[in-house]
Amino acid sequence: MVSAPAPAAAPARAGTWSRDRRSPAKSAALHLTLIAASIVSVFPVAWLVLTSLKPRTVIETASVAPIDHPTLANYTQVLGETRFLTWAANAVIVSLITAVLGVLLSATTGYAVSRFRFPGFRSVMWMLLITQMFPVAILIVPIYNLMAGLGLINQFPSLVIAYLTSTVPFCAWMMKGYFDTVPVTIDEAGRVDGLTPFGTFWRLILPLAKPGLAVAAFYSFITAWAEVAYATAFMTGDDKYTLAVGLSQFVGQHKAEWGLLTASSVLIAIPAAAVFLLVQRHLVTGLTAGATKA
Amino acid sequence: MTADVVVTRRAAPRSGARRLLSRHWYAWAMIAPVVVVTLVLVGYPLVRGIYLSLTDATEGNMGRTIGMNVIPSTYEFVGLKNYTDILTSSEFLGRLTWTIVWTVVCVALHVGIGLGLALLLNRPMRLRSFYRILLVLPWAVPAFVSAFIWRYLLNGEFGVVNAMLRAAGFAGVSWLDDPFWAKVSVIACNVWLGVPFMMLALLGGLQAIPRELYEAAEVDGASPWQRFRHITVPGLRPVSSTVVLLGTIWTFNQFPVIYLLTRGGPGGSTEILVTYAYRQAFEGIRNYSGSAAWGMVILALLVVLAAVYKRALRQQGEAW
Repeated sequence: MVSAPAPAAAPARAGTWSRDRRSPAKSAALHLTLIAASIVSVFPVAWLVLTSLKPRTVIETASVAPIDHPTLANYTQVLGETRFLTWAANAVIVSLITAVLGVLLSATTGYAVSRFRFPGFRSVMWMLLITQMFPVAILIVPIYNLMAGLGLINQFPSLVIAYLTSTVPFCAWMMKGYFDTVPVTIDEAGRVDGLTPFGTFWRLILPLAKPGLAVAAFYSFITAWAEVAYATAFMTGDDKYTLAVGLSQFVGQHKAEWGLLTASSVLIAIPAAAVFLLVQRHLVTGLTAGATKA
Repeated sequence: MTADVVVTRRAAPRSGARRLLSRHWYAWAMIAPVVVVTLVLVGYPLVRGIYLSLTDATEGNMGRTIGMNVIPSTYEFVGLKNYTDILTSSEFLGRLTWTIVWTVVCVALHVGIGLGLALLLNRPMRLRSFYRILLVLPWAVPAFVSAFIWRYLLNGEFGVVNAMLRAAGFAGVSWLDDPFWAKVSVIACNVWLGVPFMMLALLGGLQAIPRELYEAAEVDGASPWQRFRHITVPGLRPVSSTVVLLGTIWTFNQFPVIYLLTRGGPGGSTEILVTYAYRQAFEGIRNYSGSAAWGMVILALLVVLAAVYKRALRQQGEAW
């Protein structure tokens, strides 16, 4: 610590908070707490990475050694002998279509509920709130039966349709929050210059809201990407599995291929975590934008 | 005279409707895509689900197509039988109680730990953004991957948690095979998973509170606890009301953690309402009608939750 501890008697009237006001003991406690929390937070992921590098024989012994006979065998097996890459491609296709459709369909609604008070406004807000709360148990049976009737079971469109039921209201809700943060004066300026409400939205607001759209799209993408229940019920052939379903094949009821499971988890978690950590600030703002403004 | 009045009175709503349309048509046109999609993709299945919940449809009597053969449905309308069965079953109270315990414990721990860490991170100090990145990590990992990680960590035979316990001289715990410890396990996994979001959201809320308020309170001689109680808590309310609702819904409906970590077991001890309804429909003899009825019961619970939440919002002066 470079900074000297503040004299205990000094009145607390400094304009800015600084390290100087914290005693060494408090400072140590603060850092120790954060270090402990960080360990709890990182350990499972770190252990996953370490385990994925161990051969099967070592994994299935109760060993606490972080590194033991390191090998890339699990990775070569996952990439070469399983359908991991097919599942990853399936998950990307389904999630991408879901995200794009979700944002396209919901952008104007987000704007309308942010700017206009019209008859039916309350019903639309209610609809958006309630449909977001729908758990998987409510719609899955009827949608499954409908898709079976249409012959879409084990087809990607059935999953996209199922995911749109939750991503469309979700995107609209998030975008309302984002549009709320765009100053209304911009709309007014556009209207004064003779733009219609659609023109204002399209030419002025939408370009400003690109970050909000991107966050909504990203959110829908990861929602669809990590979805388990619909994918498990709808995708019956192992060439159509998404990652969430495929991975559970590695740890079935009778056999458990922990090497395959850990290696594929690392392959999924590392890129996901990298992208996520880059955009996480925007994610939280996106979800709470409307709230912090109020 | 009277005729005139009648005519104007009859004309009034029509011109009123036209005025409404000309004033609001663009708003209605803008919401049209979502309304149409929701009615088709959510409304229709919902209505069908309500209907199914009033029948005795199962895998056996549901119409289906096998190759060229179309087998017609033979299920019948049974009224409220599925609902009375649920409400009188021994499963219902047990599942409901555990779901509520699960939701309350998880959300309380999310908010408590998240707020604690947010308060710590909201101070000027060294390595702040480094800690932040480490602490956000669990949120960055997809939930299904996390569930698999924890299933491995908590494995009774060679999981590292038991290995460490044994190395420290304790006996191992059969985390996922004992009803009590399985409950602890799913809560631990979900808390690990959910704290980062709470922490970040509340940190954002903390940073939005004007610093002058704290300085003024200090000048007035307020204790740290008083400052927390009268500045931090009210200042966080706009953010916390949103994230607590989101967290409650997410936890109540948390499917992957329970389904992938314990499959609801052992002996149904960790089964929440959502996973129970799902397994009824898609495991064993598929009981579509029973599952649909469970779904409706869950929906009713959530609507009550939303109504309570909306009332709370209104008390804070939110517009709608």
